[in-house]
Amino acid sequence: MTAWDQVLELLGSPLMQRALLAAVLVGAAAPVVGTFLVQRRMALLGDGIGHVALTGVALGWLVGSWAGLVPQDTLALPGAVVAAVVGSIVIELVRERGRTSGDLALALMFYGGIAGGVLLIKLAGGTNANLISYLFGSISTVSTADLWWTAALAVLVLGVGVGLRTALFAVSHDEEFARASGLPVRLLSMLVATIAALTVTIAMRVVGLLLVSALMIVPVAIAQLFARSFNRTMTLASVIGVVVSVAGLVLTYWQDIPPGATIVVLAIGVYAVAATLQPVLRRPPPPQDPHPDMVDDVLLVDDVDDADGATVRRPSPTT
Amino acid sequence: MSTPVIEATGLGVTLGGQPILDGIDLVVPAGEVLALLGANGSGKSTLVRSLLGVVTRTAGDVRLFGAPLGPSAPWDRIGYVPQRLPAAAGVPATAYEVVTSGLLHGRTLRPHRGHKRRALDALADVGLADRAFHRVQELSGGQQQRVLIARALVRDPDLLVLDEPTSGIDIPTQATFVDTVSRLHDAGTTVVVILHELGPFSSLIDRAVVLRHGRVAHDGPPPRARGEHAGEWHDHTHAHPDPEPPRTGPSLSVEVNP
Ligand SMILES: Nc1ncnc2c1ncn2[C@@H]1O[C@H](COP(=O)(O)OP(=O)(O)OP(=O)(O)O)[C@@H](O)[C@H]1O
Ligand SMILES: [Mg+2]
Repeated sequence: MTAWDQVLELLGSPLMQRALLAAVLVGAAAPVVGTFLVQRRMALLGDGIGHVALTGVALGWLVGSWAGLVPQDTLALPGAVVAAVVGSIVIELVRERGRTSGDLALALMFYGGIAGGVLLIKLAGGTNANLISYLFGSISTVSTADLWWTAALAVLVLGVGVGLRTALFAVSHDEEFARASGLPVRLLSMLVATIAALTVTIAMRVVGLLLVSALMIVPVAIAQLFARSFNRTMTLASVIGVVVSVAGLVLTYWQDIPPGATIVVLAIGVYAVAATLQPVLRRPPPPQDPHPDMVDDVLLVDDVDDADGATVRRPSPTT
Repeated sequence: MSTPVIEATGLGVTLGGQPILDGIDLVVPAGEVLALLGANGSGKSTLVRSLLGVVTRTAGDVRLFGAPLGPSAPWDRIGYVPQRLPAAAGVPATAYEVVTSGLLHGRTLRPHRGHKRRALDALADVGLADRAFHRVQELSGGQQQRVLIARALVRDPDLLVLDEPTSGIDIPTQATFVDTVSRLHDAGTTVVVILHELGPFSSLIDRAVVLRHGRVAHDGPPPRARGEHAGEWHDHTHAHPDPEPPRTGPSLSVEVNP
C-alpha cells in the first residue's frame, strides 16, 4: 500500500473526517483566544476554567441521570459550557477587584473544580473512569452532533476574537487608556473570559480538560519567538495550532497513542526546536543604526565649532 | 459662554480607604491651556484619571463637553497621554498597533476605513515613522512616551490631557512636541497638562492649578519664573528650523499660600 493510498483511506473514514474537522477548528480557535490570555498575563486562566468545567460535566451527568436521560452524559457538554462560562466570569470579577488575589482565585478553582467533579460523578452513579475521557480527551468518540456544536462555537470564538481583535487588544494592552477612551472595558474583558470558556469546552473533546490550556498557550509561545506584532503572533499561533492538531491526530491513526497528549507533546517539541533555532531563524532587523537619526540633545564642545545650522552656538563665557 | 470642556464640582476620590482627592472644583473653558502642578503624590494623576473616568469618584460630578461621564460622553474628542506605558505584556505589539488602538473610543469598537494612514501619520508626527513596525517593548523609554503621544493625537482630539508628557524626552523632541501642542492650541484644542517644570510649555500656559494634599492650593495665573533657568547661558537646540524658537522654561517655584 502506497502512502497515497493510506492518506485516501484515512480521509475516507467518517470517524477520521469528523475528528480532523474538529481538530482543525479547535486548533485554529484555541490560540486566537490564547493570544489575548497571554497578553493579559492570564495564561493559566484556561487551566482554571478547564478544572471548573469538570464539575460542569459531572453536574450535567447528575442532572441527566436524575432526569432519566439516555445516555447519561447527554447533558455533559451543556453542563461544561455553563460551568466554564460562570467560572470564567467569576475569575474576571475577582481579577477586576485587585490583581493580587487573581491567582488565589485560580488556585481555588483548580482544586474545587476537580474535587467537585469527582464527588458529583460518584453521586450521579458514575465512576472516575467516566471522567477520564473528559480529562484527557477522546476525539475518536466525536459524534456528528458534537461536531456541529464544536463548529458553531469555534466559528463564534473566531468571529469575536478576530473581528474585535483591535478592541480586545486595546483593553488587554492598556486598560487605563481603554477606560479613558470610554471603551466598555468590563464588557470586553468578560468577552475574553467567555470566549476562553467556550474554547475550553470545545477543546475538551480533542485534547481533554487537563491539556486544553496547552493548545491555547503553547502555539502563542512559539509564535511570539518570531513575530514582531500582535496580529502576526495571533495568525502564526493559529496556523501552528492547526498544524500540530492535525499532525498529532494523523499520528494516532497509525499508532495506538492518545491523540490529546500527542498533540500537546508535539506542540511542546516544536516550541523546544523553535526556541533553540530562534537566534538563527529570526529575521534580522534591517541593517540600520539603532540610534535614531536626530540632532543630539547634548552639546559637545566639538559641536560648538560645527558649522551645522541645527545646533545653536552657545556664547562662550570668555567673550 | 459656550459649555466648558471640563466641569468638575465637589470631586472626591478615595483609593485604598484613603481620601486622595477632596472637594475639587475645576472648570476648564474651551481653548484654554491649563497646567496642573504639585508635588509627587499630591494627586495630579488621580485628578485627571478621575476626570476621564479611569478611577471611580466617591463624590461630586464630572462633565466633559457638557455630557456626564459614560457611554454618551464625546470620547472621540478626548485624547489622553498617561504617565507611563503599562508593564510589558506577554505578546509583542508594534508601535503601529498601539497607535491604532487609539482610534477606538466609546462604542467604536472597530477602526474605520483609512485607519492605517492615520496611525502612520500620527507616528510620523512624533518622529517615529521608521519605528512604526518595531515592537514597542524594544523602543527606548522616550520613544515609548512618543508612541503614547501619537496614540492620543491620532483621533484629533479637542481636549488633550497630558500626564507629564515630556518626562524622559530629549529636548529637541520636547520642542517638536510643544510645537505640535501649540499648533493644536491655535486650532482651538483645550489642553490640560501635568508638569513639574513649566519648561518649554511656559509660553503656552494660560492658567495653573496647584494641588496640595489632594486639594486645590492655587488656581490662577501660572507661577512666575524664578530666573536662574532663563539666563542668557541657557540655550536651546532645535530639531528643525523654527520661525519662533521655543523660549526656555523658567523652573516652577511652588510658593503659594492657600
Ligand atoms: N491605586 C491606588 N491605591 C491607593 N493609593 C493610591 C493609588 N493610586 C495613587 N494612590 C495615592 O494617591 C496619591 C496621589 O497619587 P497621584 O498618582 O495622583 O500623584 P501625582 O500627583 O500624580 O504624583 P507624581 O508627581 O509622582 O506623578 C499618592 O499618595 C498615592 O500613593
Ligand atoms: Mg502622576
